[in-house]
This record gives sequence, structure tokens and C-alpha cells, in this order.
Amino acid sequence: MAQFRLPPNSRVRQGKVHKAPAGASNIRRFVVYRYDPASGRNPALDTFEVDMDSCGPMVLDALLKIKNEIDSTLTFRRSCREGICGSCAMNIDGVNTLACTQAIEDIDGDVRIYPLPHMPVVKDLVPDLTNFYAQYASIKPWLQTRTPAPPDRERLQSKAEQELIDTPSACILCACCSTSCPSYWWNSDRYLGPAALLAAYRWLVDTRDEATGERLDELEDPFRLYRCHTIMNCTNACPKDLNPARAIAEIKQMLAMRRL
Amino acid sequence: MSLQTPLRRVLGLGSAREGTGDWLGQRLSAVAIAPLGLWFAFSMLGLEHGQYELVRSWIAEPAHAILLILLLVAVLYHSRLGLRVVIEDYLHGPALLIALVLNQFLHLLAAVSGIFAIVVIAVGSGT
Repeated sequence: MAQFRLPPNSRVRQGKVHKAPAGASNIRRFVVYRYDPASGRNPALDTFEVDMDSCGPMVLDALLKIKNEIDSTLTFRRSCREGICGSCAMNIDGVNTLACTQAIEDIDGDVRIYPLPHMPVVKDLVPDLTNFYAQYASIKPWLQTRTPAPPDRERLQSKAEQELIDTPSACILCACCSTSCPSYWWNSDRYLGPAALLAAYRWLVDTRDEATGERLDELEDPFRLYRCHTIMNCTNACPKDLNPARAIAEIKQMLAMRRL
Repeated sequence: MSLQTPLRRVLGLGSAREGTGDWLGQRLSAVAIAPLGLWFAFSMLGLEHGQYELVRSWIAEPAHAILLILLLVAVLYHSRLGLRVVIEDYLHGPALLIALVLNQFLHLLAAVSGIFAIVVIAVGSGT
């Protein structure tokens, strides 16, 4: 059966409370999931009181402030701090999003921060994305052709053809969509998930690619593709406002069209 | 800890090269059930309540019997596909296999029994 309750060693306990420094007047509470596999203890929710008068506006700013000033063992991924690298994807206030583009003031009450749902946790807010990346690699995310490229120029596309791949190629592989999908939670060993399927779609609609049929063959599977039940959490979660659900629907249409 | 590469695990046994037929079938059967279901519901509402012989003679009409068999087949086909998806979502391991086989058999049993009942009434060999 699908697991509806966390295994005993994953159940979350109450952790430490770090009070704000005396004299701080503008305080926000951040409740952060902590897990250290080396400690052998269950995960815990630590509470950090942060003085917002000396903190930047985004959730990532608060996490950096906590790491710099309160608890240097807090572990999370981050890089570009402007929503293009996808490193700081996490579950904030119940929604998968990027900590660097999520404004603290848009959240009511305590800011609750968890790692991306239903993934193995390496430490604190760092999920193990090995399977996710392998799924991306499995769809062969590169141009496949049989016709050699023209000797004197690039493979050309019209403006309209280029626009087909404009949006899907804006995916930053942050994994917010896949880890928000219940179907992916229950069957991520066999279901590719919205991120990998959006990437597959990006190559299916690329007019320079000559492996459309082979790509569709590889996707045509009750689990790889058809585990999508159009729940649309993916589209809801995408911090780049992309639409993986629509891309998956169009892949299903392509598969139907080629046999009708 | 597995010594296999992540890509090997993801690729698994490869693509089944099917699923589109079931996906199309589920949508087409839904399209068929909508008018047939409405027809059946309104026909039943139109009959006088509690009249056993009246219902029997209604089913015995050739056009009614044919449409009723079509409705039955469409509903059970749709239900078989839908239940299969639920089973595949939530069951894993040996339970998955057993449930999938049971799902096929029980739906087939229901279809054959239902068609048999309608035919018996329609050709009038029952009492």
C-alpha cells in the first residue's frame, strides 16, 4: 500500500526555540525542519525568531541570516538568489517554491519551512534529487537528428517554431512541480513526473529534432507518462509560471493522434 | 544502498509501449456513458414505480435491450479501466498483481452475467 503515515524514524518532534535578541521590535518566527542523519535522532522543528529590521525581504534572506547569526549548522542549497538556478526550492508555508523569490511579507503568521515533500532528506532542507536527475537524463534532453547539420550555418528555425520551445525550455529543474505531485509521491520509481515530462515535451515540439517517434515510444507507458491524472499541482507550484500539466496533456494528444 | 546507477533504475524494464489505448478507451467510454446513462435514468423515471412486469416488458423491447447491453458494457469497461488506475496508484508488490487479476475477472463476470440477464429477458425464455 501507499504509505499515508511517516515511518517511525521520520516522525517530526519539537526542536529548539531560538529567541530574538533583546530590544528587537519587528519579529517574525521561522519554523524550520531540521534533520541530521549523523545524530540518529528523528527530525525536529526548530523555531527561530528573526529581527526583520535587519533582514532582507525574501525567505532566503532570513535563512541566510539564521545561518550567519543564529545557527550555522542550518543546511540548505542556494546559489543565484534570483530564481534562475533552482537550488533553493523548498516547501514554504505549505507550497513548493523558491526561497529566493518568496517574499516573507506575503506569508501570514509563522513562516514554516520544510524540504521538498516526499523525497529522501540528506540534511535539513536538502533533499536527495538523484532519482529526479536520472529521470531527466532518461528522456535524452538533447537534440537528436539523422540529417547532418548544414556545413555553413546552424540548423534554422522560423520565429514561430522557436516560440514553441520558448516557454518549456525556461524550466530550471528546481523539482517544485514533481515533488508537489501525489502521483509522483506514490510512484516516483516508475512515473517520470512533470519536470521530466515537460523537458520531454520541449524536445518533442523542437522542429529541428528528428527523434519525435522514438521519444514518444519511450514515453508510451502506463507508468512513465499515464500516471499523470491531471491533478495540476505541478502548474500550481511552478515558480517560473510554466505549465507542465498542459505539456503532458499535449504529449497524450500526440500519442493518440499517431494511432488515429 | 544499491550499486546500480540511478539511470539504470529509472530505465528499469523499458517502456511498455502501451497505455494510449486504455487512455483513449476511458475517454470514449465516458462519451458513450453520458447519453446512454441519461436515456436509462429518464426511461426508469418514466415507468410506473414498483411494476415488476412493466420493467420486464420494457427491457424486452429489442431497442431497449440493445441500448441496455451497450450501456452495461460501456460502464463496466470504464469501471475496469478506472479501477485499474487506482490499483496501480496505491498498491505495490504482490498485492498489485493479485488486485489487477481480480479486477479483470470480476468485471468480466459482471459483464457476462449482466448481458446474460438482459438476453434472457429479451428473448422471453425466463419466467
